[in-house]
Amino acid sequence: MSTAPLLRCTGITKRFGGLVAVDDASLDVEAGSITGLIGPNGAGKTTFFTVIAGFAEPTAGSVIFQGRDITTLPTHRRAEIGIARTFQIVQPFAGLSVRENIAVGAYLRHPGREAAMARAEDIANRLGLGPMLDQPAGDLTVAGRKRLEMARALATEPSLLLLDEVLAGLNPSEIRDMIPVVRAIRDSGVTILIVEHVMQAVMQLCDIVAVLAQGRMIAKGRPAEVAADPKVIEAYLGHGAAKRMQAQQGASHA
Amino acid sequence: MKGGLFTSGYGPILIVVAALAVLPFGFSANTTLNFLGFVLIVTLAAQGWNLLAGYGGQFSFGHAAFFGMGAYGIALAQVRFGLNPWLALPLSIALGALTGTILGYLSFRARLRGSYFALVTLAFAEVFRILANASTFTGGAAGVLIPLRIEGANFQFADKRSFYWLALSFVAFVLLLTHWIARSRFGAYLVAVRENEDAARALGVDALAVKLKAITLSGGITAAAGCLYAQKFLYIDANLAFGPWISVEALLAPIIGGIGTVFGPLAGAVLLLGLGEVTKTFFTWLLGGAVPGIDLVVFGVLLIFCVAFAPRGVLGVLRRIMPAFRGGRA
Repeated sequence: MSTAPLLRCTGITKRFGGLVAVDDASLDVEAGSITGLIGPNGAGKTTFFTVIAGFAEPTAGSVIFQGRDITTLPTHRRAEIGIARTFQIVQPFAGLSVRENIAVGAYLRHPGREAAMARAEDIANRLGLGPMLDQPAGDLTVAGRKRLEMARALATEPSLLLLDEVLAGLNPSEIRDMIPVVRAIRDSGVTILIVEHVMQAVMQLCDIVAVLAQGRMIAKGRPAEVAADPKVIEAYLGHGAAKRMQAQQGASHA
Repeated sequence: MKGGLFTSGYGPILIVVAALAVLPFGFSANTTLNFLGFVLIVTLAAQGWNLLAGYGGQFSFGHAAFFGMGAYGIALAQVRFGLNPWLALPLSIALGALTGTILGYLSFRARLRGSYFALVTLAFAEVFRILANASTFTGGAAGVLIPLRIEGANFQFADKRSFYWLALSFVAFVLLLTHWIARSRFGAYLVAVRENEDAARALGVDALAVKLKAITLSGGITAAAGCLYAQKFLYIDANLAFGPWISVEALLAPIIGGIGTVFGPLAGAVLLLGLGEVTKTFFTWLLGGAVPGIDLVVFGVLLIFCVAFAPRGVLGVLRRIMPAFRGGRA
């Protein structure tokens, strides 16, 4: 492998009428990494994510995956070339069982029923859904549905997994349970781009964090660096917040 | 096909078809055979609807468009072009399938869903009805009379049982086809599109292609029902072939029987038309004269009961009461 990133987004702009949701934002995702995309509410994270997943076309800019321009590639074709996504608002096939849900993803690489079902069972076990295989997906808890989202996406055997706020709506102990699951997915060779609100998880999980604020990329680096970046603190806490915090810290150290 | 006949779910289909096949030996009255033949035609039309709407979630209110294409196709091929009906049969089925593809392409490309799709299908059926009623090629309001020449080679049978068995073989073929689809990748994708189109697309499902395949098959199956109808009565006009009655029965039967199940259309058609017949007879006996439309009142009441108390249809209720019925679910 060369050093070219697995996914390269350059100059992504997305306008909705007069509103610029994403403004000339660029992001590289290195193969094998867990890359985080964070930002305050309304920063354009979801729009940016939607463009990568192929659910919306950008007004300008390009998305390159494994050296190939996929900016206008339809969603289902992206799944074929190895990009899978989860939904922030979980979208189970409610009338189907957990097994059947995951099998829909598995059918992409395994056209036969037996193989797809076996694959679904395998993935369900890996994500701790083994005991619920025959339950209707509609009966799962929120945490169960988030796992199902990931299981279904993984069943398409992606090389890049896009996770849209998989931890949102979970309680602290469920988040603690989920972190090793995400890490295990990466360790199995899947690159992960995660959009997340839960800071503690981002800090623990991500190798690289990019920060989007008002549609622009304002920072990128290791989690600790980004967290200390005055621009990032201001984006979250408002203008002048970084100075006040520094002053406070200075006062308490003195 | 791994596993036995029964674990793979083909067993119940063979049993039901065998039971239906020996039925004519029990009832030899022509009226009964006529009625049973008609039930099978409605079943076949309903099976077409069930594939698209029950499995694929695309609710059509105009399956008469396909039914009529089949009926007019086979009738006009004989009357206008002198074709043998057996040759006209596959051509008419293909015509119905093609109508499905075109109608599907126009509406699914425009991303029509739910009631919008239903209204477009209804509009197509009505346009076809009006055109068939107006054009001289289709015989206008007088309809098309297929010349009587009773001969197996001419798709007209002296023995009513022959027609019944022919219709049954169509229904049996579609039962097997539906069951096979339900267990295939295409079936899984179809159901995925019904449950959540966006999620399906994210998993690599080409939703447009899946829906087009489904409506093509659906159109072909319902057109086959139209062909049988034309050959059974040897007369069609615009209201019989493209009229709303068949659109309604094609959707009522699966909804009442069990939507998105292999046996739903058959169970629903038997129940629906059976009850209709019983009511008609009962009121004729009670009042000393026929009450036109009384069977439609029964259909309406049945539909309300199903929507309110049995959203999974009669088969759904049976499955809840008797675990033995659990097998057949897709």
